[in-house]
Amino acid sequence: MSTIALTESHHGATVTREWSGPASKRIVTGYGFWIFILSDMIMFSAFFATYAVLLGQTAGGPTGHDLFDLRNVAIETAFLLASSFTCGMASIAADTRNTTSFQLAMVVTCAFGLGFLVLEGQEFASLVLRGAGPTRSAFLSAFFTLVGCHGLHVSAGILWLLTMMAQVFTKGFRPDIQRRILCFALFWHALDIIWIAVFTVVYLLGSAK
Amino acid sequence: MSNPHDEVANSIDVAPGDEHLEGSIAQRVIGYLTGLGLAILLTATSFFVAGTDLVWQPSIPVALVVLALAQMGVHLVFFLHITTGPDNTNNVLALAFGVLIVVLVIGGSLWIMANLNHNMMPMDQLMQMQR
Repeated sequence: MSTIALTESHHGATVTREWSGPASKRIVTGYGFWIFILSDMIMFSAFFATYAVLLGQTAGGPTGHDLFDLRNVAIETAFLLASSFTCGMASIAADTRNTTSFQLAMVVTCAFGLGFLVLEGQEFASLVLRGAGPTRSAFLSAFFTLVGCHGLHVSAGILWLLTMMAQVFTKGFRPDIQRRILCFALFWHALDIIWIAVFTVVYLLGSAK
Repeated sequence: MSNPHDEVANSIDVAPGDEHLEGSIAQRVIGYLTGLGLAILLTATSFFVAGTDLVWQPSIPVALVVLALAQMGVHLVFFLHITTGPDNTNNVLALAFGVLIVVLVIGGSLWIMANLNHNMMPMDQLMQMQR
């Protein structure tokens, strides 16, 4: 890829800048996937708006203050944050083509992600058992939709993570596999950003009131 | 051309999530560690503020929202590598547009629904009218 000097005229002044050809496939792929992530966040914003509107509609049932266990939420948050960090380590290992470190970091990421899902599943199960399932009130419907949608994204992320481990195992660090790892890392980090909004808006603000 | 490292090194811009051009492994690990440290600090502060009696109670929701926004910024910079450099303009512009839509959807919904709630006749009066 050679660098080309471009000369253009801007309002009489001649400007010379360098252009090194069209962006590489990796950059175009990352940009496209970034657009997808932003659209996903816009979908989540609709769920957040629904939750905020229905927050007070408890139909005489329990409120967030009665239901949420902040210690459980803190552990979930720690799991997701740790998995985000190990996912970053996996990206570095992928860029340096270190298979052992990559697979190890991905296994740890997967373990933290599964731990998060187990805790969330236990929370949902205990809510349903206490009669605070999604059918109890509009508030709980919105709660299960919002938090459950994030949980579904984490589940999909774990399936993707296992797929990437298998692909690196069978195909190695080919350029197309590297681009998929980049997209997976973006997806996983984005899930952690959405979780920040969830634990703040749903759990911390919900139990403060 | 076939080596993705050369592709990255030669290109003028960086994809979101991609490392910056001249980052050694140690520098990148330090970047992630910095992000992790800041994120832990902000999360711990959030959980502390939510449960404490030490601060003026009405300020807690505002404090929590500010801490969450700060932590999102930390994640964007240190984990997703969204930077202000000229090479990241496309990603930043897309992010700005996304933030605009998110603010419109959430803010607009809350505004409209609060207005409707305010202007709606109380439910018992509505029932009376239907009799």
